[in-house]
Amino acid sequence: MLESIEVTKKFVGKTAVDGITMQLEPGHIYAMLGPNGSGKTTWMKMAAGLIKPTSGQIRYMGQPISVETKNDIAYMSTEPYFYDWMTVGDVGKYYADFFKDFSMDKYDYLLEKMELLKKLKVKSLSSGMMAKLKVAVTMARDAKVYMLDEPLNGIDLLARDSVMNMILMSADEGKTLLISSHLVEELESVVDKAIFIKNSKFAGIYDVEALRTEDNMSLADKYRQVFSDVDMGGIQ
Amino acid sequence: MQYDSKIPIYLQVIDSIKTDIINERIKCGQKLPSSRELAVTYTINPNTAARVYQELEREGVCYTKRGMGTFVTEDEGVIAMLKKEMAEEALDVFLKSISELGISIDEAIELLKQREE
Repeated sequence: MLESIEVTKKFVGKTAVDGITMQLEPGHIYAMLGPNGSGKTTWMKMAAGLIKPTSGQIRYMGQPISVETKNDIAYMSTEPYFYDWMTVGDVGKYYADFFKDFSMDKYDYLLEKMELLKKLKVKSLSSGMMAKLKVAVTMARDAKVYMLDEPLNGIDLLARDSVMNMILMSADEGKTLLISSHLVEELESVVDKAIFIKNSKFAGIYDVEALRTEDNMSLADKYRQVFSDVDMGGIQ
Repeated sequence: MQYDSKIPIYLQVIDSIKTDIINERIKCGQKLPSSRELAVTYTINPNTAARVYQELEREGVCYTKRGMGTFVTEDEGVIAMLKKEMAEEALDVFLKSISELGISIDEAIELLKQREE
């Protein structure tokens, strides 16, 4: 459904994404894992149509990423993108203007679950509340693909649980979810597939339950194996 | 729920549901949440949740009524067996630790009796 074919993105003096080929299918929640600066955000921005690859192509349902694919692909970036004067309610209206698939009912429902009041000003929100708001407004869209860039960053344990629940409430067999994070442990129970990005390159995709069933390994173990090249023997 | 990240999540959720059935926190014949609700309640992947019900059905602990959802078996014999099986598993863990400590079964029984008093 979402295909990345030999995708490369070069910035001046730096290759941010280097020949990534992979395929994402509906009905799965994917983790995109890699240390900071490994190219996760750049790849997502290309799939969201915000920047263009230097070479290669990302395709959604066989079509190159374009204005049309934005209708089906919801993207949440790491940086905050609301105006300070907005209230939580305004953020919903702003999204409703932009996206035809935005459901105000679902937004209201998620806000209620997250205990976020519509009259609150965006600039008065704590980082935990801001994280919940960003995820709520993204998941209130009825998209086919959701890409969340670091939804768990800088928020406490309880807020993380709420964010995870919101994500799970929206998951179904027709949707593809992609979550980038370096908080691997937080994703252990929620994602079923994990994509590793190492030094801008694709470094494998794994079925997370299969890692546990067949290799007796947690996702965090695999992460350490992929990224540290350190022997896993002995005391773990 | 806290998971052991090295053990398949579906097995951990199955054990938790079986324990609830044995303790009658979930009753015989009771309707279980949809697999989507189960995913949210346990913070697990929806595919894992579906697998939980597949396995429980395969073991005869649950059954699906078409269009109605998943229900716990009404067969109390199955639940009695479940209790026995889980007790055996708990014993296996106990006996393994005891033998690693070099304690014989008789000594272990003695220790258990002391604990009882």
